[in-house]
Amino acid sequence: MSAAAIGKDLLGLAHLSAEQITLILDTAVPFKEISERAIKKVPTLRGMTIVNLFFEASTRTRISFEFAEKRLSADTVNVAVSGSSVSKGETLVDTARNLEAMKIDMVVIRHPSSGAARFLADRIQSNVINAGDGTHEHPTQGLLDLLTLRERFGSLTGLRVCLCGDVLHSRVARSNLWGLQKLGAEVGVCGPRSLLPNAIDELGVRVFSRIEEAIEWAQALNILRLQLERMQAGYIPSLREYNRVFGVTRERLDRAPRDIVIMHPGPMNRGVEIDSDVADGPHSVILEQVTNGVAVRMAVLYLLAGGRPELAEAAKG
Amino acid sequence: MADTSATSLVLLRGGRVLDPSTGLDEVGDVLLRDGKVEHAGAPLGEVRRDGDLTEVDCRGLVVSPGFIDVHCHLREPGREDVETIATGARAAAAGGFTAVCAMPNTAPVTDNQAAVGFIIRQAQLARAARVYPIGAISVGQRGEALAEFGEMIGAGAVAVSDDGKPVASAQLMRTALEYARAFNIPVADHCEEPTLAHGGAMNEGIVSARLGLKGIPDEAEEIMVIRDILLSRRTGGHVHLCHMSTKGSVELIRWGKERGIRVTAEVCPHHISLTEDAVEGYNTNAKMNPPLRTAADVAALQEAVKDGTIDLVATDHAPHHYDEKEREFSDAPNGIVGLETALAVLVTHLVAPGIISYATLVDRMSCSPARVFGLQGGTLRKGSVGDVTVFDPAASWTVDPASFQTKGRNSPYSGMTLTGRAKCTVVGGQIVYRQNA
Repeated sequence: MSAAAIGKDLLGLAHLSAEQITLILDTAVPFKEISERAIKKVPTLRGMTIVNLFFEASTRTRISFEFAEKRLSADTVNVAVSGSSVSKGETLVDTARNLEAMKIDMVVIRHPSSGAARFLADRIQSNVINAGDGTHEHPTQGLLDLLTLRERFGSLTGLRVCLCGDVLHSRVARSNLWGLQKLGAEVGVCGPRSLLPNAIDELGVRVFSRIEEAIEWAQALNILRLQLERMQAGYIPSLREYNRVFGVTRERLDRAPRDIVIMHPGPMNRGVEIDSDVADGPHSVILEQVTNGVAVRMAVLYLLAGGRPELAEAAKG
Repeated sequence: MADTSATSLVLLRGGRVLDPSTGLDEVGDVLLRDGKVEHAGAPLGEVRRDGDLTEVDCRGLVVSPGFIDVHCHLREPGREDVETIATGARAAAAGGFTAVCAMPNTAPVTDNQAAVGFIIRQAQLARAARVYPIGAISVGQRGEALAEFGEMIGAGAVAVSDDGKPVASAQLMRTALEYARAFNIPVADHCEEPTLAHGGAMNEGIVSARLGLKGIPDEAEEIMVIRDILLSRRTGGHVHLCHMSTKGSVELIRWGKERGIRVTAEVCPHHISLTEDAVEGYNTNAKMNPPLRTAADVAALQEAVKDGTIDLVATDHAPHHYDEKEREFSDAPNGIVGLETALAVLVTHLVAPGIISYATLVDRMSCSPARVFGLQGGTLRKGSVGDVTVFDPAASWTVDPASFQTKGRNSPYSGMTLTGRAKCTVVGGQIVYRQNA
């Protein structure tokens, strides 16, 4: 498969094939080693300009992208826009045109509106990477989750993975769902019905309304952040009740029929969707996810910049 | 509106004269004298030229009572950059409409007799399709106090509506229906339960789940549909349900009509021709309220047009400036332009597949709107107003919004090839539009 096979942009996993996803994961593997070096830098993207355009606060994803860009020697500019572009008086399309006029090569965009990354990609020549758009997708998070699971289990075929929590508002959930299904995993979701999309049953997933049942079924749980800022809308009665009914606790995991891999895209609400002794416990791969995040993003940047996957090892420099 | 004072003769010769209000369907002529229908039906032979005679060759065309759109947004006053009454009236004429009803959600809101009078004056200057104002139900469309129905009707309004916003208060809706009875006008409601629809950008279903857009469930519409039907039953008032979009609404309307309740309903061309799939790719020209629904809803609505459960077709013509639609989906405004594509959408999606006949099409676009809203027109009966639409049922054309008369370009049909096109529109015996004229 040629590098161009993943396309001009990375907007989501819904439209990628299993082969394309596997290509990105395979490319990430050699890049992972760079972060282990004393001098964590290779010249692969030297001379390229990348803009990290964040319309939402996001320390974790922005830093991960920035590390990936710098380790590949790209020039980076961080643009943090408070509030939406609309409230600032400039439309997203104007922002896009201005960036294009400054002759950049790539944009990493985080935006509160679903479809914003697609909107930008349709209007500029530069490569666009979706770093989270509204409640749509967060493809690099999905990819790093897939890489982490693949490292743990070898293959995702037939693997049972349950997404737990606020699926309704989660862009991570959608990217995970598409990615896992394409690579042959079985996907479950678990949470109160008020936090699951109404049509979730039509997406080929198993739906659990009890966390105990999900734990009994799954080999891995990807525990989604309960979006506290949305709780005033009354999707659940209280955080306390949520923890008691749906929280992943040490006690519940101890009753599981097998060891379960515990994942969380962060930031975590400890004591709400996940207890601290689970987050910090032996089953947790949460910090491996963070490490893999940099490697996956390096791979995506490399491939979109025209890198040839068979030369990824050589690109380590 | 056209000037009807001059002595004039318009002879529409050799077309298929189709008037469901009189059961007429034959190849023949229509003669309009001094703005009134003098003859409709059999060929006239030689016509005595005792005035200025304009003759239009209608061979191969359908000649019908003029189409009437009871639901459009002309944006004036307030957003003349998007549409004016003049451009809207010209767009209407180009679409074959001889009359349109303008919704009151302008800035300021049409909630008093002076505002109604302004619209009528602007329409007279436009000299295109007739424009009938619809007054607001509540002052400022704030859903609190009733607007002055009596004075607005006296000044020329033909109905009341808070369209663009639902009447959230059941008590206010009840009062409006009771009060409107004195004037025998419909109370047109935008059926949307606001707490269920809040923040929604498209239909709630598998597509919204996939795209990560907040959905608007069917029940947001249907709860208000049944509420309004029950309030009509309680009050005896005439409730007209705007832009129906769900199968469930059709069933509820059928239930109401079977019980003799004074409920009428409309559907828009887009809701009987497009599904939620049109939103894929975050296409803001497919963003509207109520949203595009599913194939099952489309089928139910088509059937309801056929059997009369849905009384009429209205466009909900809603122009927006192109850069207002050129933004993130959730931030883009709702609505599409529809006056110049309505006929073709109905011919393509209802008549051509054999779901309805041309007679039913003309009834739902002309006779029925006139009947339901108590407007002149909707018939070619002798002595009635000379409002006539001539259309080519076989004309195939590719939609190019750049060629529209409306200022709006926001059409989901852009680039599609449709069949059926207005060729000539006559208002009060005056030709106000001829294609390629």
